[in-house]
Amino acid sequence: MNFLKRFARNRGAVIGILILLTVIAFAILAPTLYPQSPWRPVARPFLAPFVNERFPLGTDTLGRNLAAGLVHGARVSLMIGIVSTLVALVIGVPLGAVAGYAGGFVDDALMRFTEFFQTIPSFALAIVLVAILQPQLGSIVLAIGVVSWPPVARLVRGEVLSLKTREYVQAAVTIGQSTPRIIFSQVLPNTIAPIIVMGSLMIGSAILLESSLSFLGLGDPNLMSWGYMVGAGRTRLLDAWWISFFPGFAIFLTVLALNLAGEGLNDALNPRLARGRE
Amino acid sequence: MMARVTGLRLSLALAASIFALGAAVAQEPKKGGTVHVVVQPEPPMLMQGLNQNGPTNMVAGNIYESLLRYNEKLEPQPSLAKSWEISPDAKVYTFKLQEGVKWHDGKPFTADDVVFTLDKFLRDVHPRWRPIVNAQVEKIEKVDDLTVKITLKQPFGPMVMTQEVASAPMIPKHIYDGTDYRANPANNTPIGTGPFKLKEWKKGSYIHLVKNEDYWLKGKPNLDEIYWQIIPDAAARAVAYETGKVDVLTGGSVDVYDVARLSKLPNTCMTTKGWEMFAPHAWLTPNVRNGILGNKQFRQGLMYAIDREFGKDVVWGGLGKLPTGPISSKTKFYSDDVPKYTYDPAKAKELIKASGYKGETIRLLNLPYGETWSRWSESIKQNLEDVGVKVQIENTDVPGWTQKASNWDFDLNFNFLYQLGDPAMGVARSYISSNIAKGNPFANVGGYSNPEVDKLFADAAIAPTDKERQELYTKVQKVLADELPVLWLLEMDFPTIYRCNVKNLVTTGVGVNDGFRDAWKE
Repeated sequence: MNFLKRFARNRGAVIGILILLTVIAFAILAPTLYPQSPWRPVARPFLAPFVNERFPLGTDTLGRNLAAGLVHGARVSLMIGIVSTLVALVIGVPLGAVAGYAGGFVDDALMRFTEFFQTIPSFALAIVLVAILQPQLGSIVLAIGVVSWPPVARLVRGEVLSLKTREYVQAAVTIGQSTPRIIFSQVLPNTIAPIIVMGSLMIGSAILLESSLSFLGLGDPNLMSWGYMVGAGRTRLLDAWWISFFPGFAIFLTVLALNLAGEGLNDALNPRLARGRE
Repeated sequence: MMARVTGLRLSLALAASIFALGAAVAQEPKKGGTVHVVVQPEPPMLMQGLNQNGPTNMVAGNIYESLLRYNEKLEPQPSLAKSWEISPDAKVYTFKLQEGVKWHDGKPFTADDVVFTLDKFLRDVHPRWRPIVNAQVEKIEKVDDLTVKITLKQPFGPMVMTQEVASAPMIPKHIYDGTDYRANPANNTPIGTGPFKLKEWKKGSYIHLVKNEDYWLKGKPNLDEIYWQIIPDAAARAVAYETGKVDVLTGGSVDVYDVARLSKLPNTCMTTKGWEMFAPHAWLTPNVRNGILGNKQFRQGLMYAIDREFGKDVVWGGLGKLPTGPISSKTKFYSDDVPKYTYDPAKAKELIKASGYKGETIRLLNLPYGETWSRWSESIKQNLEDVGVKVQIENTDVPGWTQKASNWDFDLNFNFLYQLGDPAMGVARSYISSNIAKGNPFANVGGYSNPEVDKLFADAAIAPTDKERQELYTKVQKVLADELPVLWLLEMDFPTIYRCNVKNLVTTGVGVNDGFRDAWKE
């Protein structure tokens, strides 16, 4: 029974990884599968899916191939998801590490600063940032990064707080290693496991955030992303459901897969939990 | 040369046409009834002398009236002026007013009101009347209680087109004279002479107009009440029509793709008429100050590269017509004797190569008026990239667009402008160099400047006869179609969708804006 439960849990992660690999494969193969720009009208508008094999998912309001949009959109959505997560990590990890390691006043100041960002509704802040900076790739990545870093900072701070009392850290202090060196070579490497888990989950929410922005018309108008496709088709939902449905389903699958894979990673990378199961 | 036009003669012609129509329809207008109409967005105010936004005009054009109204061919018809005469030297216009006209508060309407409106009120506040009255009019005077004389400095052909209700609504002197016009409390309770009176305005919900029982035109209006419904979402407006909550969807109030679907519903009529006075003309403005965009060959290349048919048929659902030049084919003085551009990517590539284009990125400023405009930007971007021009679309909101367009911060900019019945009023402003000024997105924002064009437009505005004006306008259209100061994309159609039992709704060149005087419900 125990074994079956464990297996079921792992299977979720395996399925997640498989879906993710498929999406990544499509993203990589996009230029080979559909060498033409996904913006190019190629057939009659509002062509239903599964009718014409050249356009398996049908066409949108302008006669653009939805299948082409979907695979090219995979590149955009994944890329924005990953890059903006990296931005969030770049802000959150050092901040959390410094706060946790320094403690005292510095910790208080940095944590109040983090809380300030946490109290602002993140989606509203993202909308404001994108609207001010003009909807373009850079500003969207930045906005998502800026609203997503606080949980990272808090996680890293917590880890560092517990790690800095370990003996090997004390030892490093005793032999006179400089503080930055201790943080980067002794403490941070040991926080990587939870950061990876959190990062994989954050990619999913970054993709969702980008889709929501694009849906509202705040996406980069030069990039075909899934959120843009859902938004562009929403007024036609009643008579041309496929325009919004397929990209919406792609978002759903990818985010689900990222969460499943994240859970799996959590199991694999968290030795205490893994030991408990054996 | 005919220099005298009387209202009587026109009314006879009108009567004849109504007779012909009556034989086919043979229906007597029915009295009474309520019509629900969509107005989008909610007007900022209903005092038409102070505000001429599209939604304001739709509602207030049925509350206020002007001296003249215009039929679908843009021929002037009597309204508050019973008849009018133009002196042989085309410099003196004499308007005879209708008898027994009363303001909604019961006071009589007289020549004093006309003089006050044209000489004082509108001269002060109206952005379109002000330049005309300052540049063209020598004096406006009362002859007797029912006669007004306007003397011009020089012949000005478009004068007879300036008296549409949004351009020159009659304002009650006894309420506004000597007050601060913009702060007058009466602005919230508009007093006009029109067929309908404002009963209630529930902000965010509806505007309720009721029949003016003392209307000067006996037997009109036919309807008892009009409700202008305010519904902020396009899809919800379409649903409101389907469920019977509203009877009329005014132009532009629903998504273009919904037009075809809604038009097929039972008891539904659709017309694209009623916009002749505005004749909206859509185009892309190249900023000729910016590098390669100042090159004529490059602009011609762009024109050949854009699939304008696709824009009309797919993006705009087949509505509208391809323009040939600056003047809409629905407007007087249109000429098709101009260089024409077809969709020809090969030729576009040649011209763009010859122009010396080196792969600079061209920024395309999208007009934030909804999904259709975004789709249009995307398809044009694709067209241009097909011939090797790099394009980057920029999205912004309405204030952002207004700011960027007004301050020339764009490479290519979408826009659409009203023609206003005469090239001197609606067309020249986009091409003449004296109108290159920051601060107005509807000025000559592209910065095109050509002394020959300036002179042609200036001469054409004041040429004494229509024939001479036509010659000059034909010439200027030829020059502009070759030089392409802007890339004309579409003569837009804004369809009005309504239940077929609402009759006589669109009978003038401004459609529902003043159409409820004659409308009736079966």
